[in-house]
Amino acid sequence: MPNMSLVKNPMPSQEPLVRAHNFNEVALGYSEEAALDEAQRCLNCKNMPCVSGCPVNIRIPDFIKKIREKDYEGAYDVIQESSSLPAVCGRVCPQETQCEAKCVRGIKGEPVGIGRLERFVADRHNEAGAAAPKKPVPNGHRVAIVGSGPSGLTCAGDLAKKGYAVTVFEALHTPGGVLVYGIPEFRLPKAIVQKEVDTLSALGVDVETNMVIGKTLTVDELFEAGFEAVFIGSGAGLPNFMGIPGESLKGVYSANEFLTRSNLMKAFRDDPVTPIMKGGKVAVVGGGNVAMDAARTALRLGAEKVYIVYRRSMEELPARREEVEHAIEEGIEFRLLNNPVEILGYQNAENPRDPKNGFVTAIRCIRMELGEPDERGRRRPVPVEGSEFTLDVDTVIIAIGTSPNPLIKSTTEGLEVNRRGGIIIEETTGKTTKEGVYAGGDAVTGAATVISAMGAGKLAAKAIDEALSAK
Amino acid sequence: MYKIVSKERLNPTVTKMTIEAPFVAKKARPGQFIILRVDEDGERIPLTIAGYDAEKGTVDIIFQIVGATTEKLNHKEEGDSLQDFVGPLGMPTKLEGLKNVCIVGGGVGCAIALPIAQALTQNGAKVTSIIGFRSKDLVILEKEFKDASDRLFVMTDDGSYQRQGNVCVPLNELFANGESFDEVITIGPLIMMKFVVAAVRPTGIPCTVSMNPIMIDGTGMCGGCRLTLHRDGEAVTKFACVDGPDFNGYEIDFDEAMSRGNMYRDFERHAYEEACNLFAKEVK
Ligand SMILES: Cc1cc2nc3c(=O)[nH]c(=O)nc-3n(C[C@H](O)[C@H](O)[C@H](O)COP(=O)(O)OP(=O)(O)OC[C@H]3O[C@@H](n4cnc5c(N)ncnc54)[C@H](O)[C@@H]3O)c2cc1C
Ligand SMILES: Cc1cc2nc3c(=O)[nH]c(=O)nc-3n(C[C@H](O)[C@H](O)[C@H](O)COP(=O)(O)OP(=O)(O)OC[C@H]3O[C@@H](n4cnc5c(N)ncnc54)[C@H](O)[C@@H]3O)c2cc1C
Ligand code: SF4
Ligand code: SF4
Ligand code: FES
Repeated sequence: MPNMSLVKNPMPSQEPLVRAHNFNEVALGYSEEAALDEAQRCLNCKNMPCVSGCPVNIRIPDFIKKIREKDYEGAYDVIQESSSLPAVCGRVCPQETQCEAKCVRGIKGEPVGIGRLERFVADRHNEAGAAAPKKPVPNGHRVAIVGSGPSGLTCAGDLAKKGYAVTVFEALHTPGGVLVYGIPEFRLPKAIVQKEVDTLSALGVDVETNMVIGKTLTVDELFEAGFEAVFIGSGAGLPNFMGIPGESLKGVYSANEFLTRSNLMKAFRDDPVTPIMKGGKVAVVGGGNVAMDAARTALRLGAEKVYIVYRRSMEELPARREEVEHAIEEGIEFRLLNNPVEILGYQNAENPRDPKNGFVTAIRCIRMELGEPDERGRRRPVPVEGSEFTLDVDTVIIAIGTSPNPLIKSTTEGLEVNRRGGIIIEETTGKTTKEGVYAGGDAVTGAATVISAMGAGKLAAKAIDEALSAK
Repeated sequence: MYKIVSKERLNPTVTKMTIEAPFVAKKARPGQFIILRVDEDGERIPLTIAGYDAEKGTVDIIFQIVGATTEKLNHKEEGDSLQDFVGPLGMPTKLEGLKNVCIVGGGVGCAIALPIAQALTQNGAKVTSIIGFRSKDLVILEKEFKDASDRLFVMTDDGSYQRQGNVCVPLNELFANGESFDEVITIGPLIMMKFVVAAVRPTGIPCTVSMNPIMIDGTGMCGGCRLTLHRDGEAVTKFACVDGPDFNGYEIDFDEAMSRGNMYRDFERHAYEEACNLFAKEVK
């Protein structure tokens, strides 16, 4: 008998007021009992609408069926056919706009908790301490991967399993891309990412950190060194600023900088080696996942008050629903339909050596109202004249998006990018305009999602395999 | 890991190290920099490439001990290894077409200026170097500069060695004598570069400055190294790690750069004291 409850099994979580002061994972994961109960909510629909909502088309009803049969490894195998990072995607996918958006159970009541079940299966598999994969028989071909984010890791893994000798080149000192320097520990424990990297190493993948492609080595030099194909998964790159006065004051960060200081450089520790501004009042500008992560990190670092300043309304917030709910529960204040116009700083006219000089004191915003829909159907926010007000803050974190890093493009002849700087590819293969070079993930699409980056890595791996095995 | 091939103390607070880093050595050009971490969990700090040998696969760095990380670095010895060493980062200094150049270096900035002077001399350019230090015991690389310059002026703030005064003194004298250059390149403390730019401005000679804001990744990802340039009446934001570190000195907002540079002053002082205490304890 299917379980006809209208609501999902709730996700056990740390208490909001406790978790707001630690960096441990917020969502604790389903128990076996909850997972079995939730799996019973799936109707095993013939036409499987949920599958079309998943960017990599995981056979959702099949893996849920395996859960019902308590064949958890079987469930894992079904997911593995389409996704290499289930422990990650089960946690960070925006399910409400993807698989779960299409679930028939969502028509009346809540959809099946597909993401939560996926996480359950992956965590159970990882806890069981699955034996390290056997090294495949080498096929004699060499492939280079640029960047160790989800797209690069996936492409590397798929090729390694087919016997390719794969080297991943990563600019930073730790592999993982946004999964390590962007998404915080409390949402995605770094041990999970490390496990993925360890699995790659067990498959024989060589991960070279401290290698900036375009600087340390160019793409052309990779070919000269004997690599037969190159996959570029270099991510979204440069942070955007608003272009308003006061953005260079002390205490103004891009979200990338703030999160990198905390996540990668561990500035959240009690006695960190890398400084970060802790405490005080914090305004985060933006409404995406990045903004939520920055706001909740600031709170955990000890801020007394954290605001999200966003120029549209709650409905248009692009962040994952669950993160918004968590942020609200933790006490983050949403200042919606507000747009910053200036950041104000301290300046002691009498004493140019006053140590407070040049630090942020407040952010000036203007109220907005929603006007006519724009070309994408989203109602355009328009400023309400004369409605400016100031919010006293010590730190401002800007999370309004990124634009692709030109570093590789500018040193690789023949690699074309579009107007926004994204690498141009052939949709179905990931082929770029340069022979033997493939690309995928945020470097192509601009800031998107982990699952789509992973999917792009898979697609390119397939195309690379087809091209090289035909040689 | 990146091995320290040799270590040499240039003065009480400045040390030169040669590091085994073949990939960096192969690509390095004057004006570029590296980012290193001394050990696991260490901070990332940028240092300019002070020399390189592509054949031996080594890169020289010259650093001044100013805080926790440089202190830790200075405690490493020949044969030890550094955790991370990434580069070459940033754009090389533009030297093509320059025939007559004045180089103005201050303090440890002279270490950054030296490879530029050497490259220019090798290209057959006429090089006038002005190097300045606080006092006699801080003077570094004098001989190297002599070899790489047609003319060399050495200045000390307190007059304990050579001429007394700052680097602008001889520079202004040269201008007063009607000398001109294709370009003035200046590297040193921000306040010194600000004054050099002010001295050069009336002559209209192009003036390049080498900026050193606080950096993390060094690849254009974090935006922490941003600088404001004033260009045709508009404020333009640039990232020193990818767009620089060299910039047109006339455009740089030095006051803002100076202010941003001391953002973490209290934190740094504390970390430095901790590091020194730790090493003091180890000695005991
Ligand atoms: C704070 C934050 C929160 C997010 N939250 C979510 C979420 O909840 N759900 C979701 O689905 N998505 C989320 N995203 C988006 C998601 O993380 C990205 O879409 C995804 O990581 C893109 O993967 P990628 O492989 O294209 O690149 P990245 O993960 O960006 O990795 C690129 C890697 O390439 C390296 N690199 C760059 N240039 C070079 C070079 N020249 N040479 C060598 N290496 C280089 C970088 O250092 C980096 O490690 C979030 C993003 C951020 C920043
Ligand atoms: C492109 C570039 C090239 C440089 N080249 C040299 C060089 O060749 N020799 C040399 O001695 N110094 C150089 N510096 C400066 C050097 O990076 C700093 O002295 C060093 O980071 C100080 O670290 P610390 O922990 O010892 O001191 P801290 O206590 O952290 O800081 C002391 C001072 O260093 C500055 N600083 C701190 N962290 C950084 C950082 N991550 N990046 C830049 N500055 C920082 C601070 O503003 C402060 O004034 C360069 C800086 C840049 C950006
Ligand atoms: S990968 Fe993401 S979209 Fe696909 S089924 Fe899993 S949670 Fe849903
Ligand atoms: S749409 Fe929902 S109920 Fe139907 S198969 Fe998919 S998950 Fe199960
Ligand atoms: S150091 Fe991060 S963008 Fe320059």
